[in-house]
Amino acid sequence: MSSVFERMLESLRNWNGALDGWIVVAGVLCAAACALVGSFLVLRRMSMMGDAISHAVLPGLAVAFLMTGSRASLPMFMGAAIAGVLTAMFTEWIRGAGKVDEGASMGVVFTALFALGLLLVVQAADHVDLDPGCVLYGAIELTPLDTVRVGGYDIPRVVLTLGTVLVLNLTCVLLLYKELKISSFDPALATTLGINARLMHYLLMTLVALTAVAAFESVGNILVVAMLIVPAATAHLLTDRLSVMIGLAMLLGAVSAVLGHVGAIALPAAFGYESTNTAGMMALMSGLLFALTIVFGPRHGLLSRLRARNS
Amino acid sequence: MTTVCWLGFAVDARGAEPGLEASVSRQGGGLTDRSNAWPTAAQWRRVVLLEDYNTRVVVGGTLLLGVAAGVIGSFTLLRKRALMGDALSHAMLPGIGLTFMLSVAAGGTGKSLWLLLLGATVSGLLGLGVILLVRNLTRLKEDAALGIVLSVFFGAGVAILGVVQRMGQGHSAGLESFIYGKTASMIASDAVRIAVVAALVLVVCTAFFKEFKLLCFDADYAASQGWPTVVLDVVMMGLVVMVTVIGLQAVGLILIIALLIIPPAAARFWTERLGMMALLAAVMGAAACAVGAAASALFPNLPSGAMIVLVGAALFLLSLLFGVRRGIVIRWLRRRELSRKVRQQHLLRAAYELREDDAVVPNLETALASKPIPTRELLRMRSWSPRELRRELRRAARAGHVVVDASDRVCLTADGYALAARVVRNHRLWELYLITHADIAPSHVDRDADAIEHVLGAGMIHTLELLLAEDRAPAAVPASPHLIGGAPIPQPK
Repeated sequence: MSSVFERMLESLRNWNGALDGWIVVAGVLCAAACALVGSFLVLRRMSMMGDAISHAVLPGLAVAFLMTGSRASLPMFMGAAIAGVLTAMFTEWIRGAGKVDEGASMGVVFTALFALGLLLVVQAADHVDLDPGCVLYGAIELTPLDTVRVGGYDIPRVVLTLGTVLVLNLTCVLLLYKELKISSFDPALATTLGINARLMHYLLMTLVALTAVAAFESVGNILVVAMLIVPAATAHLLTDRLSVMIGLAMLLGAVSAVLGHVGAIALPAAFGYESTNTAGMMALMSGLLFALTIVFGPRHGLLSRLRARNS
Repeated sequence: MTTVCWLGFAVDARGAEPGLEASVSRQGGGLTDRSNAWPTAAQWRRVVLLEDYNTRVVVGGTLLLGVAAGVIGSFTLLRKRALMGDALSHAMLPGIGLTFMLSVAAGGTGKSLWLLLLGATVSGLLGLGVILLVRNLTRLKEDAALGIVLSVFFGAGVAILGVVQRMGQGHSAGLESFIYGKTASMIASDAVRIAVVAALVLVVCTAFFKEFKLLCFDADYAASQGWPTVVLDVVMMGLVVMVTVIGLQAVGLILIIALLIIPPAAARFWTERLGMMALLAAVMGAAACAVGAAASALFPNLPSGAMIVLVGAALFLLSLLFGVRRGIVIRWLRRRELSRKVRQQHLLRAAYELREDDAVVPNLETALASKPIPTRELLRMRSWSPRELRRELRRAARAGHVVVDASDRVCLTADGYALAARVVRNHRLWELYLITHADIAPSHVDRDADAIEHVLGAGMIHTLELLLAEDRAPAAVPASPHLIGGAPIPQPK
């Protein structure tokens, strides 16, 4: 048994403050930005919207690329945000006008948009030689290699992007906290109070789209969904206050990010393998925290509920 | 890094996550031949008559998959679990990776397709179990449960594949195409597997049709009648898992999700019957697959998976607009018809109530026929503009209910009187019912009755007559319980 721990410790001995440190920072920023908007998604029972949007931004990226002919960040960002908001609008329209179940209308919209994006991409951008799997698995391990000089320090571009999105999300949530809260819990009440619930809905969708696009690079396509939903759902099981829930979700996301990177190095080592994908491990760790919360959670956990029933 | 990564997403999407693989190189033209030239007549014939073995396999295989997914998708859609296929297909990744690792560790090649399919199935079923557990044991809703399983299982799968790739076995590459699919390079054995699963889905859905139907429309009722709803649910979702496993390997993730959702959602607009819906969904799924695959075979530049989804989406859009049961156009027409009917009834009731006080009731008909009502008096009865009133009068005149004379005065015909009497009677019956059985103040019933009088059916009228028979015998039109028109509300005595 001890040899397993020795192997794990040995694998972590190569920890490099600059390299691994930046990876962890990127992971934490991404987790925090996702958890901020993800909490509202979970409360609004729209968790799968994160999944839908993260797929449906593809045509936005493709059109931005076709129109500008460049791979500059800003047009791509805007294209993706527009595609994300369109996804939300189409879903809402098909649900309302066609009386289709929300899940189904989401499924129709995101698969169709994704296919459209694919078609555009194949027509346009097939000469570019690229790294496969980047989207899927994320390239968080490559974070420290692409840096920008800011005020004398080399800061990874990914960290800057994620930091910007985090600040944006934080600003929106802080400024519109009351509005978002009321419209999430009771859209009808929000409307009578003069809050535009529809506007709040689309603002949230825009933030989700921007966050998803920014996070692709670090955690990959599907794993954005993990960072959006799992920490928020875990926090939802731990508290009844929205502000606490958001804080906890950010914390839990950050913890999963740290554990994820450590685990990606140490866990395979325990079985004698080399390190594995950090983004995948981050999602797995957030799932682990969720499972622990289900069982041991103080109020809604299985054990405490069992005890309450027996006493 | 940023930009490379984005394009990595974009371009790689062809073969990676999407699972929609471009069929570019299949036609023998290779990657350089990507022109969208119009195919020649010979090429058309080859594709349309399925002369190519390859085309035959791809069209046949996807078509069968479309049938299977359409049928089982109809049930999951009505069970409000359309996104289940999405979550389950992602949840299969760790099973595939682990099976591969274990079989390599046991000395095998890890390439046994049946073993990998088994691993995917077990993993998918496990995901299904976790979804049901999270939904039933915590206060989280189904959407969060789906999202959690989808992302955490997928993350675990990515982590396992990360290990597999660095195991140095050198032949793990096949795993990715396994999960991402390869529509255009489907081989005969894939098609046979799809055929087997499609047959199984059809048999089980036919055998359990009544049970599934009950489960879809009212699960609580089914449970109260003693049906094993959990078992039925697991059977239904098990079929989804099977279709997803087979489809995943053959056509990839997004396409199988689309096939499970789009055709059933489109079929729903055409019918209110479950059997018909499943049949239509199967036909639409098959049609989308056949057309999409054929288009991709004709134009090497169009990836088959994406084309199938887009043909399906076009079918959905057509159904959404023109579906004869729930389509947007038909519902708009129905609503317009109803609101026209309501306005006509308002007009007739207004005329009736205007003359009601002037005449002894048996002679009301002759009074309405012989004593014309000036239009401006009618105008006062409701909040309608002169233009609206004129339009309604024109319509009523066309229908033969009223006659408008040269000096803008209105008489009711015999037909118009009969209809007016019936409308007023419905209105009063409902008002009386509200007053006597729902304790609503006489001064408030007018509006409430207004909302429903137009849609009272014959059965409902009969019930009302029975209910009210004791207090008042309203064989004819009962008197109004409140003052008519703009008169002050009577004070209760």
